[in-house]
Order: sequence, then C-alpha cells, then structure tokens
Amino acid sequence: MAVKDYLRERFFPHMWCPGCGHGTILNSLLRAVEELGLKKNDIVMTSGIGCSARISGYVDFHSLHTIHGRALAFATGVKLSRPNLNILVPMGDGDALAIGGNHFIHAARRNIDITAIVMNNRIYGMTGGQFSPLSGPGIKATTAPYLTIDSPFDVVKLATAAGASFVARSTAYHARESTEILKKAIAHKGFSVVEILSQCPTHYGRKNKEGDAVAMLEVQKNNTAKIGSKALAENPNLIPRGIFVQEERPEYCSEYDKIIQHAQQR
Amino acid sequence: MTETKKIRFVQGNEACVEGAMYAGLDFFAGYPITPSTEIAEHLSERLPRNGGKFIQMEDEIASMCAIVGASLTGNKVMTATSGPGFSLKQEAIGYACMAEIPCVIANVQRGGPSTGNPTHVSQGDINQARWGTHGDHSIIALTASNHQDIFEITVDAFNLAETYRTPVILLLDEAVGHMREKLVIPEKGELPIVDRLRTSLGKDVDYHPYLPREDGRLPMSDFGGEHRYNVTGLYHDMWGFPSNNPTVVNQLLRHIVDKIENNIHSITRYKEHYLEDAQYILISYGSSARSAIQLAEDRRKKGEKIGVLELQSIWPFPSEVIREKCARARAVLVVEMNMGQVMAQVKAAVEKPKRVFLANRFDGKLITPHDIKSLLRMVQGRGV
Amino acid sequence: MARKLKEHQINRDWCKGCGICVAFCPKQVLELDKHDKVVAVRPEDCICCKLCEIRCPDLAIEIILDEGEDND
Repeated sequence: MAVKDYLRERFFPHMWCPGCGHGTILNSLLRAVEELGLKKNDIVMTSGIGCSARISGYVDFHSLHTIHGRALAFATGVKLSRPNLNILVPMGDGDALAIGGNHFIHAARRNIDITAIVMNNRIYGMTGGQFSPLSGPGIKATTAPYLTIDSPFDVVKLATAAGASFVARSTAYHARESTEILKKAIAHKGFSVVEILSQCPTHYGRKNKEGDAVAMLEVQKNNTAKIGSKALAENPNLIPRGIFVQEERPEYCSEYDKIIQHAQQR
Repeated sequence: MTETKKIRFVQGNEACVEGAMYAGLDFFAGYPITPSTEIAEHLSERLPRNGGKFIQMEDEIASMCAIVGASLTGNKVMTATSGPGFSLKQEAIGYACMAEIPCVIANVQRGGPSTGNPTHVSQGDINQARWGTHGDHSIIALTASNHQDIFEITVDAFNLAETYRTPVILLLDEAVGHMREKLVIPEKGELPIVDRLRTSLGKDVDYHPYLPREDGRLPMSDFGGEHRYNVTGLYHDMWGFPSNNPTVVNQLLRHIVDKIENNIHSITRYKEHYLEDAQYILISYGSSARSAIQLAEDRRKKGEKIGVLELQSIWPFPSEVIREKCARARAVLVVEMNMGQVMAQVKAAVEKPKRVFLANRFDGKLITPHDIKSLLRMVQGRGV
Repeated sequence: MARKLKEHQINRDWCKGCGICVAFCPKQVLELDKHDKVVAVRPEDCICCKLCEIRCPDLAIEIILDEGEDND
C-alpha cells in the first residue's frame, strides 16, 4: 500500500498552515504504519483538541477525536477493552502535558500498550499563539507579551520518570529518523512516548522572529544531535535525539489478563 | 460464592452492581469516592470473573473518558461517582451525548456543593444531572428507593443507554446506597436485556454511523471492526466528520434532543402508592420516597386519603404523568432532600402550581415521616 | 543500484507553497512557481532521495521511480 492509501483524501488539502510541522509528522507516521504493514482495521487513532488533534480526521483508521487533554484516557478504555488493537495517540504539547499531564504520567506508569506522540511546537496554535508548558522561559506569546517566565517540562525525562518503557525524541526535520523511531515505538509492547519537535511558523515563529518554516527546520537541524554523537559530546546544550528508553516491562493489558485468569480460578 | 444465591442481604450499591452484571456490564472505570466506592470495589471482584474489565483510573475525568472509549469497541460500560466526581465528569458526559455513546453513570448523591457532606444523604444533584454539561442536550436520569428497584432500574439504565445511544445517569443517594436490605436476584431471562444494536452492513457497504434508521435508532459498528469511521465531539455529518454547516448543526442538535424527548413515554418510570382516591399526593423519589410511603401508610390507617407518586425517572421530566395524576388532588407535596429541585419541575407541570408544597430537608439527615407530617398538617390547615 | 526517476508527482491542490522541499533538496531540483506551488524545474538532477516527499507537510509530493524500481 502507498502512504495515500492510509489517508482520507477527501479532506485534503488539510487545515494546517503552510509549513506546519504537524503535516510532516502525519507523513512520517503513515510511513511507519505502512512499513510495519499494519491493517487499517486494527488501528485506532485517538486525539484530543488543538491543531494536533485534527490529525485523526485525516487517517483512514478508526478515529476518535475527543476532548482537550483526555485522549490517553479514552485510549486506555479502547485498549483495555480490545487489547489486540494498535492505539496511536498523537497529542499537542498543551494537550499532552498541560491539561492532559495527569493522564500522560498515569498511562506511562501503567505501561499500557499505547503509542503516544507528542507533536511539540511549543505553542497553543489553534487558539492563536499562547505559551505552553513546553515553551520554556523567554518566549513571546499572546499570553506572554513580556516574555514567559515558566520553566518547561522535559518530555523525555518526564515520560522516563513516569515509567514509559519506550521513550524517544526526533524532529519534523529528521523525518526519516522519525519514521524509524515511530516504527519501533508502535512495535514496542508497552507505553511508548515519541516527542517530535514540530514548527509553528504562523504563531511561534512569527512572534519570536524565528523566520519561516524553513528557518525553523534549520533550528531543528542545528540545535539537536543524536544520542552518542560527537556533536552532542562537544556541545551538551544541543537537544538530544534518538531512543532513550527501550525496555521490556509488564504491560497493563497482559497483566490484567492474568487477573482474569486468577479470578476465574477462584 | 454468595453471589450465586438468589436471595441476598446487600447494600444498595451492591444491588446496583448486581443489576449491572445482570444487564451484561463488560467494562467499568472508576475512582474512589464516598458514598459510591462500594460499586467500584464489588465490580473489581465481579468483572474479571466474567472476563470483564475493571480499571481504577487516575481521576474522575479519566474514568468517564475510559468508559466512552471502551463502549466504542462494543462493550456495555459504566462508571460510578458522587457529587464532586460527577462535576468533573460533566465534559465527557457531554461528549457521550454528542457522539451518541451508550454508557451508564451512577451518581450516589451526597451533600453539596463542593466537598459538602460526603458521608450523608442528599438529593441535590437533580439539576446537575440535567444541565451539568454545557450546551443544549437531553439526558436520561433514573432513580430508585429500594434495592429490588435499584437492581431493576440499573438494568433499565443499560437498556435505555443502548436503545437511545446515550449516557444514562443513575441517581442513587447515600441512604439507599449504604442501607442493607433484601435483594432477590431474578433468573436469567426474567428481565428484558437490550443488547448493542450493530449494523448488518458488510464491509464493502458505506456505513453511516450517524444516520438514524426509520425508527430513530442508530446501529453501531465496533471499533476494530470492518467499518472505519470518525467519532468527535464537534457537530458532525452522518459519517461522523466535523461540520459547521448550519443545517447539519440544526439537525444533529434536534436529533440528540428529540430521540429522548419524543420517547418520554417509553422512558418514564414511576410507581403509584395509594393514589387512586388520594386527596393529598406526595411526590417523591429515592430514599425520601421511603419516608413518604411510610407516612401515607400511617395516615391511611387514620382514614386520611394520602397517596404517593414515586418517580423512578427524573429526566426527561414526566410532566404529563404528574399533571394527570395530580389533577384532582387538593394539594401536592414534593418530598425531597434538596431545596426544591423537583418541586420546581412539578410546579411547572401541574395546573395549580400554588397547590404544590415542598417537604424537604437538606441537613444530611434522612427526611422522616414525621418531617413530612408536620408540613402536611399545615397544608391541610390543621396546624403544625 | 542507482534509482531512476520517472516523475515528480505533485498535487498542486494540496501544496501550500511552504518551500521546505525547495530549501532542503540536495540538488536544487525544485522551485516554487508564481502561484507558490512547487514544480520540478531540473528533474534530470534528481537523485530520488525522496527527502522532499517525506518532509512535505502537505503530503503533496510523490517521487515516482522508473518501472521495475521499487515504488514504495
């Protein structure tokens, strides 16, 4: 199958702005699904609210476009009730880690077999450019006219500490790498978190004078480096990319099956 | 293996659990909260034994969201909570209204607002059940005053959720939830069970998840099945895809309201106690109905023509039934444990609202027959 | 074995003209036209690396290889 076979083409061109990194992430994700040879009927995509959340309307899977921040909670219900399904949960940074922060850490703690993708553009785009918990300090946003003073979460560290058994980071610029990481994340049995740095030229870029989509991709290219690379060793200020955690740990649905067996023997 | 015995001595919350299992509950997600916690506790034991799933979620919101997700894969689902948790669930209840997802939410009421009076009885969530979530919508809310009725009304709640593809609120209260009394569990087949209506369309036929049949029902297709469609809380077309076309918005809102309001006769549940010749009618529900019935029985012995109309469905509000039953009454007393939430509805329903009075308590104590009697005597013009 | 290009299949309805493909093409094969839609102006230089295809946020570019090649 071609990538387009996984799309609901009638809704294209999509609603994202020119140069929005979310489209590239959709592109990378569909390649991962295609290369894994997954059946469309076996995939449920659950999303929340925001620019990112619109992704679920564009894919020809079972799609569940929910409420702000709660995509992982809905997904937990889908997965536990039908463990044979593959659950993809793309979320924005505000969606996943502000309003949805509690569900994020608890899904990680349970190690339930869901693939969470944080499409991190460091801004609330849909509502017009407010800062998010991943913006970091010194950022201009419509709700931070005098610059942000909030410290950001480090998604990788947060997911790792919360118990996710697969944790990785890539960028929209590194699209091929994203696909490879997403393939491993989807194939991984357990809660996997893939943070993909995305660009919002319309709100973040314009307000912070970071230029157009191309200029923002240059930043993703120049400010990140692979784990274990010489570049990272020489400049620890670079944002590390790659797979940080990949461990086998008891998965929630499999553990619950044991509960069922135990209960039925009594 | 006590639960296989037909006659049991249980809490109201357990009667609810038994009713849910009888109705075919597959999936429960919840969060501990007094006074509903026993529902979660018992289901954590019962569900896996039947191959079902129980999950304790990280919060009330997540519990509501999880059951909606699980319903979409074809399961009968439920959550249980009380006031503060019911508040937190409201956004996702609205989602279930909009996306037309069958689910049951038990709210074992306690005193509010806020943390309120966690271990004491109240019936203060009547209006929240109706209007807790934002925007126009309709809702079904059921209640019961004794354990046998809790069992049956719980079965009903699942049946109505499946029939109308909608969330159904089960409004219990702390007194019936925690009280223990006899429950006779019906044989399989004794009570009707409505199963999920699934589409018969094959995989190559275009399936419209949001296109009602002639009878108004919408056959579903399980997530993971042959039909891939979209589910959203946005206004949507018959395929489930977002639309803000005014015609689509208008039709969908009418549909989600009308499917309930137009079927009020099939949804309405009530019981009559000594109503045929009653001059004074007590309208009550839940645990306060027990005191109302007790008072009616006591006064009947003294020759007073007192009757009780016990509501078992609160929403959609059975205005017609109330208007008809109360047409010849000298006065109507609404007996409830709040500041008159059902009374306001009764006043709007009857021909002579000035003859509607409120016998209530909202101090965390169960309203007694004596409390009602004092008010009744005043209404009867016999002093206090 | 070097891959051989058949064509750049560009969906002009989907292309929003962000210029990402143009900027990062290693062989400067692509340009935006006056309507801000991408066109392959030097297809003979294309090395079929597919970077444009995989990075395109609009999913508007597909590199079609010559027959016999793997058109995944």
